[in-house]
Amino acid sequence: MQFILGGLTSGAIYALIALGFCVVNNTMGIVNFVQVDFVSLGGMLFYTCVVMYGFPISVGVVGAVAGVAVIAALVELLALRPARSDNQLVLIFLTIGVSIIMRGVMKLIWGENRMAVPSLSGDEPIHLMGATIMPQAIWILALTALAIILLIALFRYTSIGLAMRGVAANNRAAKIIGLNTGRVKSMSFALAGALGGLAGILVTPLTTLNYDVGVLLGLKGFAGAILGGFGSFTGAVIGGLALGLMESLTAGYFSSAYKDVVAFVILLIVLFIRPKGIMGR
Amino acid sequence: MSPAERIRFFWTRHGNSCSLALFLIAILTLPLIQDNPYYLGLSNQVAINVIIVLGLNLFVGYAGQISLGHAAFFALGAYGSAILTVNFGIWPWPAMFVTAALVGLVALAIGLPTLRLSGHYLAMATLGFNIVVYTVLLQWDKVTGGPDGFIGIIEPLSVGTLPMDTEIRFHYLVWGMVFVLIALCLNLVRSGVGRSLATLAADERAASALGVNTGLAKVKIFALSAVFASLAGSLYSHCFLFINPDTFSIFRSIDFVIMVVVGGLGSVWGGLFGAGLITCLPELLDAFEAYKDIIHGLILVLILLFFPQGFVTGLMDLWRTRRALKKQMPDNA
Repeated sequence: MQFILGGLTSGAIYALIALGFCVVNNTMGIVNFVQVDFVSLGGMLFYTCVVMYGFPISVGVVGAVAGVAVIAALVELLALRPARSDNQLVLIFLTIGVSIIMRGVMKLIWGENRMAVPSLSGDEPIHLMGATIMPQAIWILALTALAIILLIALFRYTSIGLAMRGVAANNRAAKIIGLNTGRVKSMSFALAGALGGLAGILVTPLTTLNYDVGVLLGLKGFAGAILGGFGSFTGAVIGGLALGLMESLTAGYFSSAYKDVVAFVILLIVLFIRPKGIMGR
Repeated sequence: MSPAERIRFFWTRHGNSCSLALFLIAILTLPLIQDNPYYLGLSNQVAINVIIVLGLNLFVGYAGQISLGHAAFFALGAYGSAILTVNFGIWPWPAMFVTAALVGLVALAIGLPTLRLSGHYLAMATLGFNIVVYTVLLQWDKVTGGPDGFIGIIEPLSVGTLPMDTEIRFHYLVWGMVFVLIALCLNLVRSGVGRSLATLAADERAASALGVNTGLAKVKIFALSAVFASLAGSLYSHCFLFINPDTFSIFRSIDFVIMVVVGGLGSVWGGLFGAGLITCLPELLDAFEAYKDIIHGLILVLILLFFPQGFVTGLMDLWRTRRALKKQMPDNA
């Protein structure tokens, strides 16, 4: 029970990050490696708001999410849009470059030390059905669920969601019917940033924060996205949760030394057997 | 023909052999001009990176695939050599080639299933492989020595009875190796294999329509580039006589990719420049330690923005276009 809960919690985080990867992939057809740093950045901004400037926690959450979203949109605008190439290879390497820069800047601003981030509400554990849960875990599950619901609503019922689906389905057709595809792409980046940032805010109280905390988390999120079938939102959620569960169970029953490897071994196996992932078409 | 035209004609016919000859002269004379062990050590490090970049460039530049995991093959080469020589007492040279063959097989095993995939799947598979290898090196401390690095004394390579234990001797060994591999790459690129790879990079469907077995071609070149990385790894462990996992993380893989991009996708000589620049940059920027990441990232981003086919190749293209324009419109010049 303990392991399952732990697994679901980290799985939820991976799912959030995986969703961010999917949103960008659907509109732009690339892997956005900057997603990894959106996670760290979310934690950093939250820390700055709450610990350094003493804002209330709710303000910190909203501020950090919005901040990462704005920065993400800027990344698209300044780095990816001016690229003179639609070659996937070039665009993916570009995101890697931006990611290196982001990490460098974060290292400059916040230093290399690990920081303790306050959790959303208290550290008093709750006992439930023989398992001990931190309140933060409940926050993680709840806010992830909320984010997923909002995401579904956004894609189903709003015009910007419709526009994003249009660009995802057929970029050129979307342009022809007069959609500003550039703006849609920026929006999708902002959305991915918000998801990554939220993941960062939620997870850093558990892991402690430093400038490259997002790298491993983000790559596991990416693994989750591929496990579920890259591009599919349901797949991303299922993939993320499954990854979290398997990781936690291996760490619990076998060895925690190789915990970080599990995700990638599973991923390699999935790629060998069924490269389209669980929900892939 | 005017003498200038004659020289140009000669160059188009024998350009590769001439550059190779010039390169050989440069290698042979460098230690005579510069005998500071620090600089020679640095240049040896450049040479090791060049070997990896040559292989990676075949895969990324010519075949147009993505690999974010070449540090893993580098690691397997280094640790493989170290383990075979220290724990099994095999001579360094056979150990090096046995390791390279084994790493090639590993690459085949990974490449066969994953190279059916494209783009982001491939990026993830290679990245995942690198993380797996890195973690195993870190955790399996009985064999690898864990985070402190390999335990046991790695003996230097020797040619005949002459051990390659000084910077100068190693210089000749490792740059000689680079020379051989560059010659090999230059010929490979112009062979049928190289041409089919270039077609594959331009348009995979067209390549397979033209009768290129795209899957097999990709796997072969992937294995070859892994063998290059493994050789570099073996040389690395026999040169520095100490290895630890930090040298082989995914960030190292990304550094290799940056070297390829700086040098130019699909340019054998460009790789030399890319590896040289990126290896020496941290030394040059000693004072700017804090800005190292930002500068690396900026180099990558700016080059990709303005020269998507790589810096050296991009500049060459620019120069060629300008010259062709001048020739066509002499009034404008």
